Amino acid sequence: MTATGSAPSQARPVSVVPVIESFGLRKVYGDRVAVEDLSLEVYEGEVFGFLGPNGAGKTTSVKMLVGLIQPTAGTARILGRPLGDLEARRRIGFLPELFRFHDWLRGEELLDLHGKLYGMSREERRRRIPEVLELVGLAGVGHLRVRTYSKGMQQRIGIAQALLNNPRVVFLDEPTSALDPLGRRDVRELILRLKSEGVTIFLNSHLLSEVESVCDRVAIVNHGRVVATGPMSELLSRELTVEFRLGALPDGVVGGLAAYVQVETVADGPRPVVVARAADETAIARAVDYLVRAGAPVYGVVPERRTLEEVFVDIVSREGAEPR
Amino acid sequence: MKSLVIAQLTFREGLRKKLVWGVLLLSVLFVVLYVWGFHLFVEDWRQMEARRAERGVPPAGTYEIFASAMVLLGLWTVNFLSGVMTIFASVGTIASEIDAGTLQAIVPKPIRRWEIVLGKYLGFAGMLALYIVAMVASVILTARVVGDYTPPNVVQGTLLILLVSLILLSLTVFGSTFLSTVTNGVVVFMLYGMAITGGLVEQVGTALDNDLLIRIGVISSIVVPSDSMWRLASYLFQPRLAVNFLGPNPFGTTTPPSAFAVQYAVAYAFVLLLAAMLVFRKRDL
Repeated sequence: MTATGSAPSQARPVSVVPVIESFGLRKVYGDRVAVEDLSLEVYEGEVFGFLGPNGAGKTTSVKMLVGLIQPTAGTARILGRPLGDLEARRRIGFLPELFRFHDWLRGEELLDLHGKLYGMSREERRRRIPEVLELVGLAGVGHLRVRTYSKGMQQRIGIAQALLNNPRVVFLDEPTSALDPLGRRDVRELILRLKSEGVTIFLNSHLLSEVESVCDRVAIVNHGRVVATGPMSELLSRELTVEFRLGALPDGVVGGLAAYVQVETVADGPRPVVVARAADETAIARAVDYLVRAGAPVYGVVPERRTLEEVFVDIVSREGAEPR
Repeated sequence: MKSLVIAQLTFREGLRKKLVWGVLLLSVLFVVLYVWGFHLFVEDWRQMEARRAERGVPPAGTYEIFASAMVLLGLWTVNFLSGVMTIFASVGTIASEIDAGTLQAIVPKPIRRWEIVLGKYLGFAGMLALYIVAMVASVILTARVVGDYTPPNVVQGTLLILLVSLILLSLTVFGSTFLSTVTNGVVVFMLYGMAITGGLVEQVGTALDNDLLIRIGVISSIVVPSDSMWRLASYLFQPRLAVNFLGPNPFGTTTPPSAFAVQYAVAYAFVLLLAAMLVFRKRDL
């Protein structure tokens, strides 16, 4: 991943209007805690990535937010309204993780059914259904029964169903699990398109590269609680790894450098390379300054931005894999 | 009313079930045989009357009793078939949709959970009402056209047969909000069977004048009032003459359940439907 991969989040200021707010949502099944404490805010117009290892409580969390599961404790507001509010639900789209529909219906009939449930008028449905079919790449197959669709097409119609009402907030629970690489790219583009229209997207996914390429902010959950949250760019640059390419390496420089950055490897030679971890960009600047003063010509400073995967693995493994 | 969207879906879904078509096919077969049987009965009766006339014996005057018994057999079959259809069509209505996951995209929509339960109920109730009306009409028309006989209280009786189905529907829908499809099917069918047996026991008790047997029947009709409502329907469908002639029997009764029993049965169906809504409201999907 290059630094430009997460550029959108830096370029566009994040809205401060919270669209999804949860306060200590908790779900307990018997003596098993599925979600310990879910507290987060998602702002208007952002793509919010919700990450976590299997069993971390991601789907349970989403299900609580969309009203499929009753929280044991805690509250949440969506679009400023309490959970289960019908007015808010009118403006919410949801793609379940296990997208199973009444597959004996034709694609158009299925969307018509969901349109009716959204309370859309006949005219609205007639206009909107071809639109969403086109949007998800199912134009021309709306007259076929959903049962005859491939898994990928079924997932697409699921996404179409979630977008039917022109929602302000869309919850997508693993929207690309059944899609091939091309389909995944389509969904990625679709998400970015929705975002450009100001739609807030709550993306639950374990495909980290997918999350990394579309999300503005992410939350990482483990053992049913949010263990890290923040803008994607911040999370990725929380600890930078830099490679200093030098012209020479006078004695004692490595030791002196340790005052600014954490030296990891040193490759001595005619062109020494020092790899170090820096807390932030200022530390790198200071380190460069020090190197020059100490008589080590700096030919290049190459930041090695960590991928989301590395950050994720780091955080989750630090937390420990075993539930408490 | 969002319930109607669900009702429509449920109705269409019901018509897709092989079992429903099985019952419908069986019903058509039944009607054909019934028309034929009634025809044979009427032919026999006419020949018998002719022979009596030849011998100078006055007409028996009991035609009404036997025609009524024929109608009663037909309606009993309709009642039984609609009961079976009710249970099997709706047995997995909520449980199987939870298992399949089809509710996951429905429930987060701007619809209240009780509206989903009510919609399903209405969808099945509509399907059953159509079925019952068509079947009762077939039996009554057969009696009228083939046998020149019309039973009394057709409307009340038909409504009571529908009430039997609604009782079973409430029971089945309620069960499906917290039991698996198979468990629900077994439980509801056992209860249905118990109600029928309880009704038979009560008839035997009446015939033998045995209080204990009668009490067993009464208790069973409190647990599931489906059979007692059928017995009231059968009582209403027959002329008094036929009721007295037949006495306590497997298909009818000489002591019809009271108006309170009807109120109880209606309340029973209603309360179970409400209970289904309440359970489903809290159910994690």
